[in-house]
Amino acid sequence: MSESAQTRTTRTLDTVVYDNRLVGWFVIATLVWGIVGMLVGVLVAAQMVLPALNFDIPWLSNGRLRPLHTNAVIFAFAGNAIFAGVYYSIQRLLKTRLFSDLLGRLHFWGWQLIIVLAAITLPLGFSTSKEYAELEWPIDLMIAVVWVLFGANMIGTLFRRRERHLYVAIWFYIATWIAVTMLHVVNSAEIPVTLTKSYSLYAGIQDALVQWWYGHNAVAFFLTTPFLGLMYYFLPKTTGKPIYSYRMSIVHFWSLIFIYIWAGPHHLLNTSTPEWAQTLGVMFSLMLILPSWGGAYNGFMTIFGTERGAPPETVSPVRNNPIVWFWLGSLTSYTITTFEGCMLSLRDLNALSHNTDWTIGHVHNGAIGWVGMMIFAICYWLVPRMWKTELWSLRLAKVHFWLALTGLVGYVVALWIAGIMQGVMQLGFTGTGHLAHPNFMEVVHASIPFYWVRLISGIIYLIGTVLCAYNLYRTIRQAPAALADEQVLVAPLPVEPGAMEMVVAAVGKPSMRERTSAVHRLVERWPLVMLILAAVALSIGSVAEIVPHLVQGVLTPKIAAVTPYTPLELAGRDIYIREGCTGCHTQMVRTLRAETERYGQYSLAGENRYDRPFLWGSKRTGPDLAREGVLRPSAAWQYPHLVNPRSVVPGSIMPNYGWLATDDLDVASLPAKLRVLAAPPLYTPYTAAELDHGIELAQAQAKGIADKLHKLPEYAGKGDLERKEIIAVIAYLQRLGTDLAKETAPAKELR
Amino acid sequence: MGAVFLLTGLACALFALGVALLLWLVRDGQLDDLDTPAQRMLGDDPPAPRK
Repeated sequence: MSESAQTRTTRTLDTVVYDNRLVGWFVIATLVWGIVGMLVGVLVAAQMVLPALNFDIPWLSNGRLRPLHTNAVIFAFAGNAIFAGVYYSIQRLLKTRLFSDLLGRLHFWGWQLIIVLAAITLPLGFSTSKEYAELEWPIDLMIAVVWVLFGANMIGTLFRRRERHLYVAIWFYIATWIAVTMLHVVNSAEIPVTLTKSYSLYAGIQDALVQWWYGHNAVAFFLTTPFLGLMYYFLPKTTGKPIYSYRMSIVHFWSLIFIYIWAGPHHLLNTSTPEWAQTLGVMFSLMLILPSWGGAYNGFMTIFGTERGAPPETVSPVRNNPIVWFWLGSLTSYTITTFEGCMLSLRDLNALSHNTDWTIGHVHNGAIGWVGMMIFAICYWLVPRMWKTELWSLRLAKVHFWLALTGLVGYVVALWIAGIMQGVMQLGFTGTGHLAHPNFMEVVHASIPFYWVRLISGIIYLIGTVLCAYNLYRTIRQAPAALADEQVLVAPLPVEPGAMEMVVAAVGKPSMRERTSAVHRLVERWPLVMLILAAVALSIGSVAEIVPHLVQGVLTPKIAAVTPYTPLELAGRDIYIREGCTGCHTQMVRTLRAETERYGQYSLAGENRYDRPFLWGSKRTGPDLAREGVLRPSAAWQYPHLVNPRSVVPGSIMPNYGWLATDDLDVASLPAKLRVLAAPPLYTPYTAAELDHGIELAQAQAKGIADKLHKLPEYAGKGDLERKEIIAVIAYLQRLGTDLAKETAPAKELR
Repeated sequence: MGAVFLLTGLACALFALGVALLLWLVRDGQLDDLDTPAQRMLGDDPPAPRK
């Protein structure tokens, strides 16, 4: 230190120009995609009460649009907001411009391109159907590349900083980047068949575990940790007071990241997941209450608390300040959602809540409360500041707040009630030990009023968002000048010896002991590089060790009667995936008496051995289909039900799938699909006959189903029935859950 | 149940990374002063144009 002080004779200030334009683009993208994503959300909510709004058009049907809604609000609305907030705050916290203008621009346009591709491919049915990871493999690769660009830009900025201390927000950003990288890479591992179709590297229960490890942590590391980082920066900025307890924020960070990654199995309670894994997930989920509420308390006290010894404030910080109102709404939602999440992970409460709308209410409490309201608070603070003007209308922002709050409360309360009701109805028994509501349609009918409240609440929330965008648009319009970068003077950090100088000095040391301690100091100089390398090494180690076992299925329980899907069933399954059926239908009979009464034998892990991806689902808007082949084997029932569900089940809210009956099945792609599934690393045991004559086998099975239908008068005129997609879907549905019946001995899992 | 081992391994790797980062953070002196960073971050913006 004394050396460097001597080398610098005069201590001058550096001129730093913060990149405001990139931040501005991300803010605008946040608002635009927010409106688009919520609009799609309103449409899918409307389809739940008015099935006619599916318009009988494939790319407007609920199953295909639902993933578009979730992806748009998570990765486009929240994603762009994260990038805006991170890029704004990190420059100021580290007193340096972003590492690279080029990387920043590539990041921005790359991310927007991914969003546009998602908005095109998901309605077209190019979907893996793994929740929040529906995009097909070429887009997955693009996400990985753009995410690395973001990481390179952020970590490069860290290295050019003029501030030694890394403020707590930056730790949250770093954790976000590391965890999301790992989650995305592991969960998106899939083997391509064509440009638009791939099969998951994992099958059945393996896929379920990986998916919910990802799914839970997508919430943790995409919708929680980055927003906590943003909270620790933008909340003190808004209130003008430092964070209530900086110490607690550090404890919050470390306890949260150590606990979060383990909680995923709570999405698989009462299923064929190993019980110890379920218990592990529950334990860590319960522990999460401590860091979560600690962080929320810190946020509340930053608004309301006063520093020790300071006189109490004469004017309430809440008064006349809608930005603080949004912060309060966000923090309140975080408090409620985190408590709710812990409770929902308890095995017994989860038996009631799982697969119901309670989960949807819970996730929207977090998404439109915690995340949405924080994004609005940040935008209202950031836009006037960057464009050097005042907010166009404070009154309009207040109106927005009340609309957002009304929408939030209406949405969440309606689905809380609906979810508990659905759970009670599905689990309930009469005094004589029969199911209280044996017909699933009773549950659907009872839910409709709540779906209306949800729809209206969603519209109210969307109107608020539109007002926000308009208010900020007018704010930008009235700005005196176009958005400009910001120039500041910053004191440089003292110069430390460079890497090569340290190496030379280390080698030149006379004793071994001095040499080692000099090398140690050198390593300490680049902690981040070292740590990232260590993480990569550790991950590669565990992946290399385990993946071969995983993909060969050595560790999955075997059931002798469970065989791969026939070519036609496989084609039908791929249509089931394309149409997003898994959004409303589970395929997992849980280990609960009410479920075995309603659906039959509970699902065994070995039954899903060839399911790529798994289709357990997470929501029962309609009934479970794991035993569909046992419960409703008749093609004469399935056919009209798929074409027009209301013709068979009055009051059903399922979309019409008329195009399945008119479109020809694509059999030409079957041989390639079978080959990919049979080849390493997937090793599905298809026979040589199936591999060589996949098309003929599919056509023969289709003819069998069509011939049975032709015996009925209403199908007499349909000569080309056997070529249609619907026959493949029926073949798949007829197969579901029937394997165990083929066993002569009682179902038994073999290792 | 192979995926459990994969995920446990990955979670352990993340855990180890976290411990390593925390150790570095303590040694680097990042946690020596837990009062002024919270104050300093407030002072890096030009004053708001409002009022």
